[in-house]
Amino acid sequence: MTEGRPRSFYVLAIFFAAYVLFLYGPMIAIYVLSFQGPQGGLTFPMNGVSTFWIAKLFQGTGIVDLGAAFRRSLLLGVIVMIVTVVLSVAAGMAFRRKFRAQSILFYSAIASLIVPSIITSLGISLEFRIIDDLIKAHWNENFETSMGLLTSGLGAHLTWTLPFGLLIMFAIFNRFDPRLEEAARDLGATPWQTFRHVVLPIILPSVIGIGLFGFTLSWDELARSSQAIGAVNTLPLDLQGLTTTVTNPDIYALGTVISAVSFTVITLALGTIHVLNKRQAAKGSDAGKGLV
Amino acid sequence: MDMSEEVLQQASPGLIPGSGTARAAKPTRLSPSFISWLQAGPMMLVFLAFFLIPLAFVVIVSFWDYNEYQLLPHFSGRGYTDTFEGCLAQLPELCTIGKTYLKTLKLCFLVWAITLFIGFWVAYFLAFHVKSKTWQMGLSLLCTIPFWTSNVIRMIAWIPLLGRNGLVNSGLMKMGLINHPVEWLLFSEFSVVLALVHLFTFFMVVPIFNSMVRIDKSLIEAAYDAGASGFQTLVNVIIPLSKPGIVIGSIFVITIVMGDFITIGVMGGQQIAAAGKIIETRVNALQFPAAAANAVILLVITFLIITMMSRIVDIKKEL
Repeated sequence: MTEGRPRSFYVLAIFFAAYVLFLYGPMIAIYVLSFQGPQGGLTFPMNGVSTFWIAKLFQGTGIVDLGAAFRRSLLLGVIVMIVTVVLSVAAGMAFRRKFRAQSILFYSAIASLIVPSIITSLGISLEFRIIDDLIKAHWNENFETSMGLLTSGLGAHLTWTLPFGLLIMFAIFNRFDPRLEEAARDLGATPWQTFRHVVLPIILPSVIGIGLFGFTLSWDELARSSQAIGAVNTLPLDLQGLTTTVTNPDIYALGTVISAVSFTVITLALGTIHVLNKRQAAKGSDAGKGLV
Repeated sequence: MDMSEEVLQQASPGLIPGSGTARAAKPTRLSPSFISWLQAGPMMLVFLAFFLIPLAFVVIVSFWDYNEYQLLPHFSGRGYTDTFEGCLAQLPELCTIGKTYLKTLKLCFLVWAITLFIGFWVAYFLAFHVKSKTWQMGLSLLCTIPFWTSNVIRMIAWIPLLGRNGLVNSGLMKMGLINHPVEWLLFSEFSVVLALVHLFTFFMVVPIFNSMVRIDKSLIEAAYDAGASGFQTLVNVIIPLSKPGIVIGSIFVITIVMGDFITIGVMGGQQIAAAGKIIETRVNALQFPAAAANAVILLVITFLIITMMSRIVDIKKEL
């Protein structure tokens, strides 16, 4: 490259700035509009400034039972997060050596990522419908359904979060130095001790990243939940339902609240990752010492 | 974890040339392959129960019969014949389903072309023009943040801007450019494409950026030294070397848009037919075999596109 900044730098810098504005502009618009006054409508100009619409959400006077949906989404998100972390770390470790069915698992994960969500969702709903029919036919005629938040819903979310978890694990172990484990073994550590005291502390920041990914992917998930969740709704499903009927800014208030939760979770996680990284850097090669 | 020499070599080739010290001090009781199964098994089970078996059910159910109330588990081609009803008779005119798929492909192509253009230049700027690692991280993070929030929220965010009384319309009217609000801004193909680009350009930026930062800068220096112009370097060095990222990003965007029914629903005002919408409509009418038949058709088309694209690069190698 030549010295100094070429003209293309400025052209692309403007292009980049325009892209960022395009990304943020609309979102900022609804965050602002959710503080619309009680008489305000769906568009600018603002008719006063208030927290009326946000308060209205929490009073439960809106169209949907937001509190229940909120708790359901939160519960599902946390469970998805835990399962995603545990299964991804375990499978990530497995991929460090050759094992049979390795490519089957790899291609399942990739396929799960790129098969259109509506198809996965439809498949899960068909699967549970057939299970329901079998139960009704053979065991219990009055059986309602096995579909639900923590059965079909959880499964549907995991097909979305696990591929990301696995890919992040690949990225971690691509730059992991196995000599550290070797050293631990030479010092007589058991496989579990090696994992607990050497591997885990080193990969911990990225593992938190996987958890955070799992939670927010589930928290915002819509397409896979749409057919597979059963009778109850998650928050994004309620929000989508509102888009066709609502004429008040409470939909923006809901959007703002959902975003606020996402941002809080991510900020907390990024903060933790930052602290862990700093700690690792400060302790040098004694990685994990501070966590024992 | 009993790691054999071979495994260490595989995990990190070149790091431990000819190392013979990797043997575990004492033999573990569990065989390595058993441990692998234990580690990978749970994830495999989840994919089996919630992805592979459901996918098989989609294919099987697409050949079942149905009435208004329930699935009838015996072989029938009704799911498919209902889908293509009247298509042969109408030839050479395209039937509804044909038009719908054509529309889906058109939307898909538009979104792909736009996200590729934006994604390429954004990634190019971040990878080649932003020199400091801190700035690179910061600016990438800036592009990532909107992705942290729900897609529906990012869709409805366009309403106050594009609506009849939205910012764009009132702005244009104040400037005297138009007399009446422009109607095609919202609940139109335009707003669908706009929202899809807004939502998914990120999926293009990340893989292309990843490919670009891996390009050895000395190759670009070499191109300059050999007298290549900026454009020649771009076409002959940078684009070929970014190809894996371009292909991976394209696969993401294309599969998302082909299956999308939410963005098209919300931003199209539930008026625009698309492949994903057909499935949703059939499900809502409890016509599961017909929904499944459409899912199979969509799956085959998506699969064909991906196969074509993955001929250009070996995806597994790039991850």
